[in-house]
Formats: sequence, C-alpha cells, structure tokens
Amino acid sequence: MNSQIFHPFVLPFVLGMAFVLTYCFVGLIRVISQLPKDDRKKLGRSLVTPKTAWANIRDLFGDCLFHVKIWKRNPVLGYMHTAIAFGWFMIIVIGHVMLFTLKPLQGVEVEGLQGMFTNFYYPIFFKYFAEETPVFAFLMDFFLLMIISGILIAVVKKIHSKIVGVKRVMHFGFADTLIRFALWTIFPFRLIAEKTNIMAFWWLYSIDLLIFMCMLPFTRYMHIPTEALFILLRHAGIKVTEPRKGYALAELYSCPSCGLCIDACPMSVNDKMSGNTSAYFMKKLRNNDTEESQRIAETCLMCGKCVKICPLSIESCDIKFSQRAAVPYNINSDHSYLNVISTEAEKSQTNNHKPHVLYFAGCMTQLTPKIMRAMKQIMDKAGEDYQIMDENGGICCGRPMLLSGKVAEAKAMIEKNTELIKKSGAKRLVLSCPICYKVFKDEYHLEGIEILHHTQYIEELIKCGKIYVDRGDTKYVYHDPCELGRAFEIYDEPRYVIHSLGQIVDAKSEKENSICCGGSLGSFNLTQQERDAITENSVNDLMFNNPDEIVTACPLCLKTFARKSPVKVKDIAEIVSEKL
Amino acid sequence: MDFGFCLSPSSHVKMDSIDLTTFNRLKETNPDVNTCIACGSCTATCTAGNFTEMSFRRLLLMLQRGKEDEANKMIQRCMLCGKCTLVCPRGINIRKILLDITR
Repeated sequence: MNSQIFHPFVLPFVLGMAFVLTYCFVGLIRVISQLPKDDRKKLGRSLVTPKTAWANIRDLFGDCLFHVKIWKRNPVLGYMHTAIAFGWFMIIVIGHVMLFTLKPLQGVEVEGLQGMFTNFYYPIFFKYFAEETPVFAFLMDFFLLMIISGILIAVVKKIHSKIVGVKRVMHFGFADTLIRFALWTIFPFRLIAEKTNIMAFWWLYSIDLLIFMCMLPFTRYMHIPTEALFILLRHAGIKVTEPRKGYALAELYSCPSCGLCIDACPMSVNDKMSGNTSAYFMKKLRNNDTEESQRIAETCLMCGKCVKICPLSIESCDIKFSQRAAVPYNINSDHSYLNVISTEAEKSQTNNHKPHVLYFAGCMTQLTPKIMRAMKQIMDKAGEDYQIMDENGGICCGRPMLLSGKVAEAKAMIEKNTELIKKSGAKRLVLSCPICYKVFKDEYHLEGIEILHHTQYIEELIKCGKIYVDRGDTKYVYHDPCELGRAFEIYDEPRYVIHSLGQIVDAKSEKENSICCGGSLGSFNLTQQERDAITENSVNDLMFNNPDEIVTACPLCLKTFARKSPVKVKDIAEIVSEKL
Repeated sequence: MDFGFCLSPSSHVKMDSIDLTTFNRLKETNPDVNTCIACGSCTATCTAGNFTEMSFRRLLLMLQRGKEDEANKMIQRCMLCGKCTLVCPRGINIRKILLDITR
C-alpha cells in the first residue's frame, strides 16, 4: 500500500476508458437513431413491460457473463468464456464494493471533481492505493486466478484447437491478434503487480488496458459492450431491415467471431469453403467489405444452422437476406401473366365441389413424381376428400424468389397462389415440400385454412387409424430437412411415422444439428462440385449407424442425396405407401 | 395474292454487326455457359415455361445471337424456382446465370 491518491501510471487506463465510453455512447446514439420509428417505440415499450424486462435482466447475466449456450455445446469453451467474462465482471464489481465499504480515501481530502476522478481508477488499481480486508483479498485473488485459468484455455485453443474440441478456428488479422495478446497479458501483469508491487508491472498493466480499450472498437472485442444493447433490441422483437443499419449494425458488432458457426456450417467440408461461413460474413460486413460480404451472402445455403447454434442467436441469415435484397436489378421481373392462369383448383369451382384437403406438390415434387404418386395412394387409402392443386404444373410458392431478395416479385406469386387456394374452398392444405411449407407458414395469409406438411398429415392419418401400416425390420435413418426441422422444429412427427414402419437409427448429427443436403436453393454461387462435397459429408453423417435406407421429407434433399448415397434414399410418403 | 402459304421471314443473323456485350460479360462471370449442350431439359421442366414462352435454352441462343431485347423480355417471366439447375446434365448453375443477366 502506498499512501498516495494519484500516480501517473493510472493515466493510460483513464485515457483508454474515456475513449471507450465516448465511442460506445456515440455508437449507441447512432444505432438508436437508425432504427425505424416503430422499432424505437417497441424498444421503449419492451423496457417497461415486466415480461421482457425480466428476460432482459436474465439474458444480460445469463448470456453476457455465463453464455449458457456455449456451455451446452462445449463445456470447456463455456468455462473459458465464463472464467474470463464473469471473473472480470466480478473483480470490477468487488473493486467498486471495496471503494464504497472500505473508504480508502478517509483522512485524505478529496471532493467534487477530484473525488470523481479518483473513484474512476481506484477500483482498478485498488491494491496500489489502499489495503484490502482478508475476505476481499481472497475474493479478488480467486477471481483473478479464475480469469487466468480461462486465458490458459484460450492459449491452448490458439496453439492446438482440437484439444478443446474445435476443428476450425477463425483466421485473424493484425489488429485482432494484437488485442488478443493485450487481453491475455492484462491479468498476469495485474497479478504480478499486486503481489510484488513493482512499479514497472503497474505501468505494464495500465498500458495493456490502454491498448485493449483503444483497439476494442475496431476489433471483435467490441462484442463486449454491444452485446448488452443487442440483447435489449432482440427482446424488443426488432427485425433486420437494412444490412448495415440499426439492429443489423448492433448484430454485426455483437458477433464475437468465436467461430462456433465454422465447425457447424455444412460448407466447412474444406478450408476454402469454410471462408463462406457466417463468422467471416459478419466480419467482412463489419469492415464494410461490400464485395466479399455480398459474395458470401449469395453463397450461403441459408440452412439456418449457424443461427441455431450461435451463442447469441444472431440472425445472420436475416442480414444476408437483407444484403441480397439491397442489390439493384436492371431488368425487373414481370409476372403479370399469372393473372390469367387458371389451374385445376379453379376449374373445379365450376362443378361446385369443395374438397376437404388441398394438396400442393410444389416445383420440387414435380421433379420427383414418385412422392406425388405415393401421396395420392395414401390419401386414396385413407378415403380423404382431396384435390391436387398442381397436378399439371402450378405456380412456384415464391420462396426461391424471396431467397434471391426480390420481395415484390415473390409477392405476385404469393398473391396468386393465395387466391387459388382460397377459391378451392378447402379447409386443409397439405404440402410435400418444406421449402413451400416455410413460405406458406411465414408469408401467406390463409386464415381458416390449416397448413400441414405431409409428415404431420401422415402421422395424423396413422394416429387416427385412417391408414394401417405393416411394421417391417428395415433400418431407417431420418434426415431432418432444414426448412422443416430447424425452422419449425418438426422432429417428432416424421420419427413417429418411421417408427411405425420399422427400426429407426440415429444419424451422427440430428435434429437442429442436421447437416444440409447441399442442394439448397438458398445458395446461388456454389458450383456443382462444391455442392457434391457438402452432400458427401452429409451422407457420411447419415450412414453413421449403417442404415438400410435413408428417409427424408423433402423432395430436394431426396434428389440431392440420390446422386451420392450408397443406399436407397426415399421420401417418407414413399415408405408409407409401400407398407400400406 | 394469298396462296394459303408464305415464305418465312429471313432469320439471317449478321454476326459481325451484332452486339454481344451481355453474352461476353456472362461468359466471363459464368464460364459454364459454354458447356451448354442445348438438350432442353431446362425448358422441359420450367415452371414459368408451363404458362409462357420462357425457355432458358432459347434465351441463351438469343444472347449468342445478340437478340438482347427479346432475351430481356423473356427473362422477366422467370420464377427462379431452380428446377432447371437441378435437371441440367452439365451441372450449369442456371439460376445464378439468370440472376446475373438481370443485373
């Protein structure tokens, strides 16, 4: 303990802190001012609504400090983050508690501005200026060692990431590497300074803090302050409107480039393609590299896995989507011909028959007619009063157009299909394609009409006893299509159906971890060879337990897998119709 | 005089005088347009082709012959559903090409 109230070594820290606080304040104003007016109102309301306010408090602690989602995915990394984030938070808190309980300034006249100034740096360099009580000293040392243990894991991860269960890590530039070394050395310097009281280490500790804080806004560590704002905005229910404004900006800066999405991404089958993952997309867009971020946005399969596993649930797919929508087109689509189309559904209006069930096969099922045949067989057997909406060709559901970012053009198709469906007078709409299912659920306004995917529909038919199936001993593995599984969490229905037909074995990655088949319409840039590599990886994953057949519920997955699978690939409707 | 038949107008294309900027640009960004064998699978499966004249095979031919106006009109009908890409025996990324032409 040195009985002083000031020493020049605190200045680097004070400067750095002042810079960060100013930068964050300006950034906060910028994000809030970029939000649309309605979103600002939403944010205001969410802060005072008890339910969202509680969720805010829960997630501010649960997410920022502990990151429950990382713990669930990889406990070692979970501990690493918790040790550093929570440990650091606790030594700051305890520093402040000591400042106000131990009253280190007693006997020394510091008031007003000078008092505020000393309070600013006292908690950070407490041990230099005042004596701790044993309890506080123990707590401070405990949390400091906790942080250092976390940093040790980080060092191991950097040297050999596979030890902590990470295959691919992010590659960083100079700034990110420098700030990482600053972060790693802050705490060992502090420990040495506190224990030995050598002036040089107090200086090093303070200068390290200055480097860290000055570089923070320009590196991935900006996630530390931004994440808090992002959580508030997320709970307010705000959606992305523009790729680099408002909410999207908060999301961009909240991305810690942790790289968890790199191992999860279906594209990470080789080093070249792993550069197309969300972590890189967010980094490029943050650095305003428009060309690269545009390319990655259009390469992404939009399978949604990165969003599901993201520790912060950053909606990177929404940002990619808005990035696609921001591209101008010289030639705009003209779908006015849709107005004069009349399909089967409309023709049936003349004989005044209103079917109970309307079946929409969709474009992809048109390419795999065996699914439609199987569905017909099932519905005939169940004695359902049904009609096929697009037996001789229908209109696209609009999702592929929507995925290209052309929202207005997609609307034209959505409106025409809505009109045709409403005219049919059906009460239920059954779809065979998850791509259609997603857009029908999200974008169509079909009040009074129940929308079902055929897995749900078949499950219901079996449960109600409308169809009877024989149970065999074939070993099936089920592939969860992205737009059915991750998007709507339809995991149990198809498994129930398969279970009533035979044995079901697990794939290596299942349900929300399921790997995209590689055929997704979400991607524009991937070449056939690149898609094939993804498909092979996905098939290998499904063949983990040596099944006899691969079953899926998406015509596109079916078509993609059929090219590469060593065993038969079938749609769920097909295997049901075989066992009727 | 009406004989009940007539000669069809000449479809002669003067390759020296046509403007191939769009096609050349396309060849640069998507070299796989050169691998098209004009099999017509894309046209046979086309969702928009069911209702209109839309045909990717013809579209490519139009661009090769410098008939940009006609091509631009046809491409407006596309629904981007991607069936053409899936059935292409040459693995040409047709959906991407269609999008690139309109840019």
